[in-house]
Amino acid sequence: MPHPMSPLSIRAYTATSALGRGLDAHADALLASRGGLTPNDFSSAPLDCWIGRVAGVEDEPLPAELAQWDCRNNRLAWLALRQDGFMDAVREARERYGASRVAVLLGTSTSSIGATEEGYRRLDHGRMPEDLHRPVLHTPHSLAGFVAAAFDLEGPCLTVATACSSSAKVFGNAERMIRLGLIDAAVVGGTDTLCDSVLFGFNSLELVSPEPCRPFDAHRNGISVGEAAGFALLERATDETTGPLLIGYGEASDAHHMSTPHPEGLGAELALRDALARAGIEAGDVDYINLHGTASQKNDDVEAALVTRSFPARTRASSTKGFTGHTLGAAGILEAAITLLAMRDGRIPANLGATTPDPLCGPQMAWTTEEANVRIALSNSFGFGGNNACLAFAQVGERA
Amino acid sequence: MSAALSVWVKGVGLWAPGAADWKAFGEIVAGRAEPGADARPMADVLPANERRRAPETVLLAASVAGQAVAMSGRDAADLPCVFASAHGDQTITDYMCGILAGTPTELSPTKFHNSVHNAPAGYWTIATHCHASSSAVSGGETSFGAGLLETATLAVADDRDVLLASYDITGAGPLGEMTATTGPFAVALVLSPHAVPGAMRLDITPSMGNSGSQPTGDAWLDGIAASNPSAQAIPLMHALALAHATALRIATARELDLHIDVGMEA
Repeated sequence: MPHPMSPLSIRAYTATSALGRGLDAHADALLASRGGLTPNDFSSAPLDCWIGRVAGVEDEPLPAELAQWDCRNNRLAWLALRQDGFMDAVREARERYGASRVAVLLGTSTSSIGATEEGYRRLDHGRMPEDLHRPVLHTPHSLAGFVAAAFDLEGPCLTVATACSSSAKVFGNAERMIRLGLIDAAVVGGTDTLCDSVLFGFNSLELVSPEPCRPFDAHRNGISVGEAAGFALLERATDETTGPLLIGYGEASDAHHMSTPHPEGLGAELALRDALARAGIEAGDVDYINLHGTASQKNDDVEAALVTRSFPARTRASSTKGFTGHTLGAAGILEAAITLLAMRDGRIPANLGATTPDPLCGPQMAWTTEEANVRIALSNSFGFGGNNACLAFAQVGERA
Repeated sequence: MSAALSVWVKGVGLWAPGAADWKAFGEIVAGRAEPGADARPMADVLPANERRRAPETVLLAASVAGQAVAMSGRDAADLPCVFASAHGDQTITDYMCGILAGTPTELSPTKFHNSVHNAPAGYWTIATHCHASSSAVSGGETSFGAGLLETATLAVADDRDVLLASYDITGAGPLGEMTATTGPFAVALVLSPHAVPGAMRLDITPSMGNSGSQPTGDAWLDGIAASNPSAQAIPLMHALALAHATALRIATARELDLHIDVGMEA
């Protein structure tokens, strides 16, 4: 088991999803239990399902100096970066530490593949059309490359693409680099946008619900795909640190199947134990868990059983995918931000969408909004290929 | 100035056009053999049925990872792993974008789940019963350097041996013109944070600026290095194969190189 880590300061964070732009839009929607899913109107031949779409992305191109990066995914990232004072916080970090001492470590599952899909829809004599003849877009690294260019950062720059755990795992990458003195700060997070690859891909696996998704409902019948972007700025914590802290993270592999979770949740439990050990806490210390809770039959079975057997009844737990849809590679950072909001506002988000609790669920589930003092919280993110991550956060003063 | 990260090379794996494994590569760079015909990567870690239907990226990554782990004497089951690739499986991306442009509801579910960037990491952990952390990363054109930095960081930070596999395949279709990857190549390293008798040592320090590629002077090697982002490993592999103490720079990001002192143990 790993040793406890020194907490990191989360100097700034932000999220944009179907619930709106920035933290307050999310807090308002969560308080009102107002979900963001809408009937699918995306793509040339929309499937009969519900999606979590961010309004207005298509109307806001990137500024001229960043035009070569323009595509839906980078537009959504740019939209999110401009909320909650995040850009100023990154610019201050660059000023304080130097461009080569700030890393860009971002998660995504499909990055700007939407632009590649578009190119194939309107090929010019079998070649990418002139306006999409931009190699920087046609690679998984497009998002991280764009963010590094937008801030003119020259530190380590890495894309983590482990499907739906991607933008949770980047917190671990940042912690290791900061601990070893390779960098002083890291922009972490991620972005995934709606595209045909994921809508038709999950449809081909028969994992998409025709209705708004219902995590942990006994009659759930699949996921709703969403899009989101979110970012956090991590630095060493000092005596002056006032914001929330990253206190732990865990990562583990199922070694079971490419597209279904381990039946006993082995990898998920190992990731949880890893996160608790790095945080130096026990399961009983956890006030809230934001669950992966995709509303797929198997994920929710496995995760409900894990929570029921691992945590006391006083620990509260909910999935917020009923609000936002499953935002895939962005789920880690979006739900980290929602977890931090629960801590900030003292409010447990409802497990929106479920009306008939799955009998596997224990007393930990918060089916509706609850007021609570959230001092220590976890966020789960599990991905295809059996890739599991768990993040642990705390308020300042909660852990030495 | 002391190096930021010191790691020892416990195991190496390689597949290049004309060199089916690390041993064959070593014979060629030592001048004892000529590059041979292209051989299908020997991914014998995978079960036979998986091997038959595995995408090229999975075969290539599993082949080099298997070589490196065998040489290290480590059990893959508790070895954290990092799979790096600039572009992932371009053949599958080309197929998917083609189908989605015409008949999207006919998309193959198998192709879809094999299209995720972490497919090689998934197949590897399943085949080796590995429950340790696994990652799949990209650094665009500097993917090898980015993967190497991440792997050495993980090894030193968590005080564990870590496997790196870096692979890219030939670009396909209209996408291939964008990625400009003209040949397949893969390399794997098992890196240890502790001195290993007889092993080469890498002292790695991030260093500002990009110095550009450093040709080895060998036409075969330099041709491979120019064909594929993962093949930016070629100068390092050349030094390791010849057990040459040397210093080199490998790009890890825009305006950031890794300065690497390659030396003997201790």
